[in-house]
Amino acid sequence: MSDQETHHYDVVVIGAGGAGLRAAIESLTTGARTALVCKSLLGKAHTVMAEGGVAAAMGNVWPEDNWKVHFRDTMRGGKMLNNWRMAQLHAQEAPERVYELEEWGALFDRTPDGRILQRDFGGHRFARLAHVGDRTGLELIRTLQQRAVGLGIDVFMECKIVRLLVDRDGATNGAVGFWRESGRFVTFAAKAIVLATGGVGKTWQFTSNSWESTGDGHALALWAGADLIDMECVQFHPTGMVWPPSARGLLVTEGVRGDGGVLKNIDGERFMFNYISPYFAAETADTIAEADKWYTNKADYRRPPELLPRDEVARAINTEVKSGRGSPHGGVFLDIASRRPAEEIRRRLPSMYHQFKQLADVDITTDAMEVGPTCHYIMGGVRVEADTAATTVPGLFAAGEVAGGMHGANRLGGNSLSDLLVFGRRAGLAAAQYALSHPAVAPTESAVVSVTEHALSFFAHDSGENPYALHQDLQETMQSLVGIIRVESELVEAREKLAELAERASKLSVEGNRSFNPGWHLALDLESMLACAFCTTLGAIERRESRGGHTRDDYPTPDPAFETINMVTRLSGGEVAVTHLPRPAMPAELAELFEESK
Amino acid sequence: MPEEREIVMKLWRGDAGGGAFETYKLPAQEGEVVLDVVHRIQATKAPDLAVRWNCKAGKCGSCSAEINGRPRLMCMTRMSSLPIGEITVSPMRGFPIMRDLVTDVSYNFEVAKQIPSFTPAPKPPGGYRMSQVDIDRGQEFHKCIECFLCQNVCHVIRDHEDNKRVYAGPRFFVRLAELEMHPLDTLDRRAYISEAMGIGLCNITKCCTEVCPEDIHITDNAIIPLKERVVDARYDPVAWLGRKLLGRPAPLSAVQAARYTGAASSAARSPSARAVPASPETASSTGLPAD
Ligand code: SF4
Ligand code: SF4
Ligand code: FES
Repeated sequence: MSDQETHHYDVVVIGAGGAGLRAAIESLTTGARTALVCKSLLGKAHTVMAEGGVAAAMGNVWPEDNWKVHFRDTMRGGKMLNNWRMAQLHAQEAPERVYELEEWGALFDRTPDGRILQRDFGGHRFARLAHVGDRTGLELIRTLQQRAVGLGIDVFMECKIVRLLVDRDGATNGAVGFWRESGRFVTFAAKAIVLATGGVGKTWQFTSNSWESTGDGHALALWAGADLIDMECVQFHPTGMVWPPSARGLLVTEGVRGDGGVLKNIDGERFMFNYISPYFAAETADTIAEADKWYTNKADYRRPPELLPRDEVARAINTEVKSGRGSPHGGVFLDIASRRPAEEIRRRLPSMYHQFKQLADVDITTDAMEVGPTCHYIMGGVRVEADTAATTVPGLFAAGEVAGGMHGANRLGGNSLSDLLVFGRRAGLAAAQYALSHPAVAPTESAVVSVTEHALSFFAHDSGENPYALHQDLQETMQSLVGIIRVESELVEAREKLAELAERASKLSVEGNRSFNPGWHLALDLESMLACAFCTTLGAIERRESRGGHTRDDYPTPDPAFETINMVTRLSGGEVAVTHLPRPAMPAELAELFEESK
Repeated sequence: MPEEREIVMKLWRGDAGGGAFETYKLPAQEGEVVLDVVHRIQATKAPDLAVRWNCKAGKCGSCSAEINGRPRLMCMTRMSSLPIGEITVSPMRGFPIMRDLVTDVSYNFEVAKQIPSFTPAPKPPGGYRMSQVDIDRGQEFHKCIECFLCQNVCHVIRDHEDNKRVYAGPRFFVRLAELEMHPLDTLDRRAYISEAMGIGLCNITKCCTEVCPEDIHITDNAIIPLKERVVDARYDPVAWLGRKLLGRPAPLSAVQAARYTGAASSAARSPSARAVPASPETASSTGLPAD
């Protein structure tokens, strides 16, 4: 193919966070020639930011725990919108995946008898999160990274994929990207591709996500003809930093609450007791006395309301702040200082201690933190088959945050790291098997050229339209119109604004040359972000109910009619179209789990 | 709000062919870190300014640079912690320049490939048991965010490009120490560490420990114990290779083999062969102001 750099592989994994690394490891050990392509350096992906832990019903702390309890917690946390089969596989396989990490060198915190310790987290009935202090994500990514490097996987770093290639039959046969360093293009010819690109957080103004979270995989799949589902289900994590402004949105781990931290308003009131929804009333403590006893006696007492699922806590904080009971910088207080000894706080939450000390000049062992909701995770994503992670495009697989279905309308903390491992492995395996049983179809030169020409077009524009300014406008639009609380009129306004932004985005002009040019990279990332923002907004308009991470002021309650519906967004005639797709129904033996314990 | 202050930031702009500091002036904002200011310059004055970052929370180790000559993470350096006046930000000096603040750190990824992997004992029925005290030290090493600031300041490689062939550097001594002290690991890497990884070249100046943003006691907890462990070990490449082949799926790569040959023929392995001061003053020779 002319002088264009091309690499040939059986399987190309895009994204080197937890899911991508796990997929690549599985693909390689299944016998497929495998490449791992990532936008940053290896080991820097957003997975490093995960703090709390990996949820897995190992039963090391509470022998009563098992996969059925975990499955039930996950479904209820997701407001029953989850793909039941994914939630089942996830709950069943997570323990095995955690023990496997230990075999690969991970050092989890231990129980007194030397097993893997598990901690409490919101929405989980039992202490279930295997963890390493508050830097579990780093442990996970480093362990997988070292495993992948030890196996000799070919890693292509700092390479941004611009488009997937699709053959005449609509199957994917490669991807075109460029090296960030040189700006030169590169083609990966592949029989199968695994998307593991993470989330879309950078579309909002206040987010816990890193710069890479621009929804690349969601957009690549959409453009290649795949279905996305439930893109309106976006999680706002209840506790992000609110001050200083530059740190706004940075995550404060849920582990603070799991370890005894409580939320208070300006009057010093533990306000979460006022926000216990009937759905969770049976399992939530309604007095401070009961809540405080729960930390040491989970069998006889119910859990504190601070540990309700994230969507519930985020909405409560939002209401407190809007009602004028917030903290000085527009959040609420998260207090662990008055509840646990300083030494214990430093030992159990070292990164949090560090983060507040260095960025906000706050000592969390003596003072309360100020926190508020921050855009954290997208539950929606590429529609996949539960067992194989196969998308609706032949040869294309997706795992981790980019895939939809597993978490329903709201994700429980700790279920992301386990999701990465379980479905990263399944995607890698299925992609390798697919590749080994299908012939290679070489990408055509014209397909490649149309991508490279498009990518270079920004250098020729002289509109003076600056990518950074456009990004800011996009973030403000999504923050103010498609945020935690939504309403039809604002969503429709957002849709119109997004159309204007897309028009401006097509004319963005880029200064400088192709070598390591962040302005150019942003112009291309903006295409992905805009595509995702459209899908989220259209899904949000269409889902006329409130469920999990999707809250409509004009439809404030869940509607049973929508519980069985996945909101599908896909390209149709160049436009994003929304359709309702009936969700697969749960088999009777699993449905029973919800009846007996209601 | 404090009174309006102006920031004067000098950023190194250029590429492998050369470059110079450029001065940018912009109004100060409350609570900013250096990376925020760099981003504002990028958004308003220099859209093609190259800089690496990911997490903006001190967790990914991407944003390493030299701020007023001192190697640090840009995202964890508050503007208010720096002396009033001009601030300079330059790329890490220990690695080749790619563009502006971005350097070519591929050396580190090459070394990482050569580290003999974790090789656990077979899993007993009922799974592995390890007590917390036995893994505390390992967990300290696992805090490493691979910012490579320690690699950047280590004079063995900073001042002697050639040594990169024969010396793993502090980050990888931390990695090797973590493997050596892992309660489940069975591989004996001692001879390999002293021969191929060149630990003898380290003369314990502690510059690496001083810059580690994760406060890992690189010298005291990793390098010195490793030096003590390897003192009697002899490196028999054939036996080592044999053990590796038996214990692990992947054979020694060509790079590894070449590296070993390079190491074995290098006379520069002995620390006594070079005149490097072992005193803390070495810090100034690396461009590090004393703390
Ligand atoms: S102690 Fe000094 S010589 Fe040894 S690794 Fe650290 S910086 Fe390099
Ligand atoms: S040991 Fe410390 S300084 Fe060196 S790479 Fe790791 S975190 Fe950075
Ligand atoms: S951006 Fe991650 S450490 Fe600075």
